[in-house]
Amino acid sequence: MQRNIRFTLNGRPVETQVGNHQNLVEVLQGQGLFGARESCSQGLCGCCTVIINGAAVSGCLTLAPLIDGADVRTIEESQPDGKLDPVQQAFVETGAFQCGFCTPGFVLMTRQLLDAHPQPTDDEIRHYLAGNLCRCAAYPEIIKAVQLAAAKCKG
Amino acid sequence: MATTLGKTNSGAAFGRSIPRVEAQAKVTGKAEYVHNLRLPGMLYGKVHRSTVAHGRIRGIDVSAAKALPGVYAVYTAADIIKLIPEPYYGPAFHDQPILAVDKVHHVGEPVALVLAADPHVAEAAAQLIDVDYEELPAVFDEVEAMTSKAIVHEVLKPAGTFPDLKHLKGKRDTNIALDFHLRRGDAQKAFAEADHVFEHTFRTQQVLHVPLEPFVTVADPTPNQLVIHTASQSPSFVRIEIARLLGWAENKVRVKVPYLGGGFGAKLYIKTEALTAAAALLAGRPVKISLTMEEQFYQITKHAATLRIKSGVTNEGKVTARECEVWWNGGAYADIGPRVTQKSGFTAPGPYDIDHVSIDSYALYTNLPAAGALRGFGIPQLVWAYESHTDMIAKALKMDPLAIRRKNILREGRPQATGTLMRDAGIEKVLERLAQRMDWEKAFDKGGGAIRRGRGIAIGFKASISPTTSVAIVNVSADGSCMVYCSTVDMGQGSDTAMAQFAAEALGIPVESVTVVHPDTDVTPYDMATLGSRSTYHMGHAVKLAAEDARDKLMQLAKDVGLSAETTPIPDIFRKKYGMQAGNVVGVGSYIPSYTSPDAQGQTDNATPFWMIGATGAEVEVDTETGEFKITRLVNLVDVGRPVNPAIVETQISGATMMQLGFTLFERMDFDAGQCTNASLADYKIPGIRDVPLVMENEAVDMVQQSGPFGAKGVGESGTFGVSPAIASAIDDAVGVRLTSLPLTAEAVYRGLRAQAGKPLDE
Repeated sequence: MQRNIRFTLNGRPVETQVGNHQNLVEVLQGQGLFGARESCSQGLCGCCTVIINGAAVSGCLTLAPLIDGADVRTIEESQPDGKLDPVQQAFVETGAFQCGFCTPGFVLMTRQLLDAHPQPTDDEIRHYLAGNLCRCAAYPEIIKAVQLAAAKCKG
Repeated sequence: MATTLGKTNSGAAFGRSIPRVEAQAKVTGKAEYVHNLRLPGMLYGKVHRSTVAHGRIRGIDVSAAKALPGVYAVYTAADIIKLIPEPYYGPAFHDQPILAVDKVHHVGEPVALVLAADPHVAEAAAQLIDVDYEELPAVFDEVEAMTSKAIVHEVLKPAGTFPDLKHLKGKRDTNIALDFHLRRGDAQKAFAEADHVFEHTFRTQQVLHVPLEPFVTVADPTPNQLVIHTASQSPSFVRIEIARLLGWAENKVRVKVPYLGGGFGAKLYIKTEALTAAAALLAGRPVKISLTMEEQFYQITKHAATLRIKSGVTNEGKVTARECEVWWNGGAYADIGPRVTQKSGFTAPGPYDIDHVSIDSYALYTNLPAAGALRGFGIPQLVWAYESHTDMIAKALKMDPLAIRRKNILREGRPQATGTLMRDAGIEKVLERLAQRMDWEKAFDKGGGAIRRGRGIAIGFKASISPTTSVAIVNVSADGSCMVYCSTVDMGQGSDTAMAQFAAEALGIPVESVTVVHPDTDVTPYDMATLGSRSTYHMGHAVKLAAEDARDKLMQLAKDVGLSAETTPIPDIFRKKYGMQAGNVVGVGSYIPSYTSPDAQGQTDNATPFWMIGATGAEVEVDTETGEFKITRLVNLVDVGRPVNPAIVETQISGATMMQLGFTLFERMDFDAGQCTNASLADYKIPGIRDVPLVMENEAVDMVQQSGPFGAKGVGESGTFGVSPAIASAIDDAVGVRLTSLPLTAEAVYRGLRAQAGKPLDE
């Protein structure tokens, strides 16, 4: 069954037809956005991370009709000045990725982590990012990236 | 500012930790993957898979699937054969059908394909297909497969590409897809004369690659060509093999590869490409097949293996003879297993100087999902066995693990088991540096009470797959910018960045002015494949040669128009020649190393263009009340020659180590009658951020590969070698429990502790 939904996508209003069985990743693909990637399809790998109403969720487990009226933000949301944000800069500078498939999820989750814990401990980083998997295992660099991003945000 | 040709080989581009060239695209989610690709009119394909491990297909009922509204087509082998009369592919054997023909060989084998514009419709329809099987006896264990009455393939069909497989053509009633033998000296005589003879058997489990971007291919039948967009590590192989299947010229098939979301050896040869290509041609429309995470468990895996090692040893700990028997569980299709059997088989005795060696290595067919190459090409399995064996000998002789290795280590200039002399192999250097970083000679706190501490070291080595070819083109534009055309696939290892560094270094221009063109077989020249840590060495050579060729041509061009290339900005040279910003200078480079095929005894004076060395030291804490253990320190040492990009090299070392840590501690495919029972990330755990040891140190020792481009060689696999045996030895050192099967679980340690206490647990 199809239905009409309206939501805000990276600050712009969107209205679209979705099937009840579709998930948020498919809706985003319909909008030409591919940064949220369905990998495990069980909400375990974090590759499809999307921010809904300020909270990180697994796009693969979020049914499309549920985002009606929501504020949806993805990795493609550009920064006001068109540059990389401190988290993205830190990921580039520390080389905190290899294949890059999981990277959008890590960047979005790190932003959320720094909102909650501006100066996270090593333990807090490991706890917060435990739901994101990186098969290339760039984890040591990711931990450094989070620490660098925290330092950058602090100024 | 316009670029002038600078000095070549100045160290301005090579050896620097520049950020990856695609860094911005990856952190903004905009990097290109086949995953993202949608074409107008595209159909989605969903596969119906075998539910039995071994069976004859009596009938396939596709009527309900075809009747589902929205289904465009349903195909079985009967349809494929109309297009491709001999629908079998594979790099070593033509044994794998595009869709099952008459028989299925493992649970999860593709039997039918549904196409629909809506992937959900295709998926629903694939479930409606009903296949009637006559089940056949199946074989799952690699050692049983040697003598089993259950025969996976009635007739062996070597692909004809490898000379050492030709004798298997037409062979019947065997599961042995290759038997490799090496004899050096007289092992049996040496055993008889040895002070001690030790014999142990080790096991490794079946695991898999789990790239987070599962296999995906889009095939587009255009009027003049079949265009295949695929997440593949081997675009040149895909073009040649698809052209062969169709009976077409190579230039009628175009294969394009953007970035890969991980590969690790999974995305080699033909995976989803043949089925997608056939479906697109049959349908006359673009087709996309994306596997789910679950489906990856049926596509390709890493060999489970049984390894028996026997050594003759003197009272002083010198190994005089070694006999190795290795049985590789290749699953239902040979894939590249026969190469694993031979190319890895010949290093089975380890990096030790042993006069008398006997190796027998067998590639076996079984009714499990196929096994292929996974980050190490069989080496991690071998190192697991020979390094565990080394420590078991040391313990029996009351020798220190470092001392026994020092006594036997294969030193520079000495012959390896094949007879090839070791050159630029930092085995001793890596071992000594590891000992230093582990403070091995200092007293070690063994803990007390319930928590006991232990440590272990292990070292392994690997030859490069040889001989293989890489070709590259370097194109300098009239503004002085430069493009590198090569078919090396950047799957996360950073090859785009490395190739830009090679070209810039050889041309003498800034690395920022170089871009790397992604594999497109209409545009980028032949490359054997991105595998086995070969690209840095082979493609590095080809790119360097192409850049030198371009530099020579640019110098000549400048000379022709009366300018000095050293002092004139590159754009001015072109402007003087062509009167405007126009023209190109194109350099070409092609590289294949020298190689001598082994004789009947497995002997050759030139087995490999270079050696990769990797060692790991581990410190663990074991809870004697539960068997649980944690790794408190992991030190990884490798010889990569001169690192192209030290920061990326370090990421490669720790990434390889972490992957092997998963295979060491928890990853294992579980099977029930050939059915994988944990085919999801919910039940099959891969390492997460909390599994990173609290202390992990990585180092590339100071080495130069004299034959390598700017002294470099491969790095992608070396970090895997020593991990498993180092941890097992550390556990043994802590609590005296020696595990001989992977993975090393708390349960296995606890069972060992109970057995040690004379109170063994029931099975």
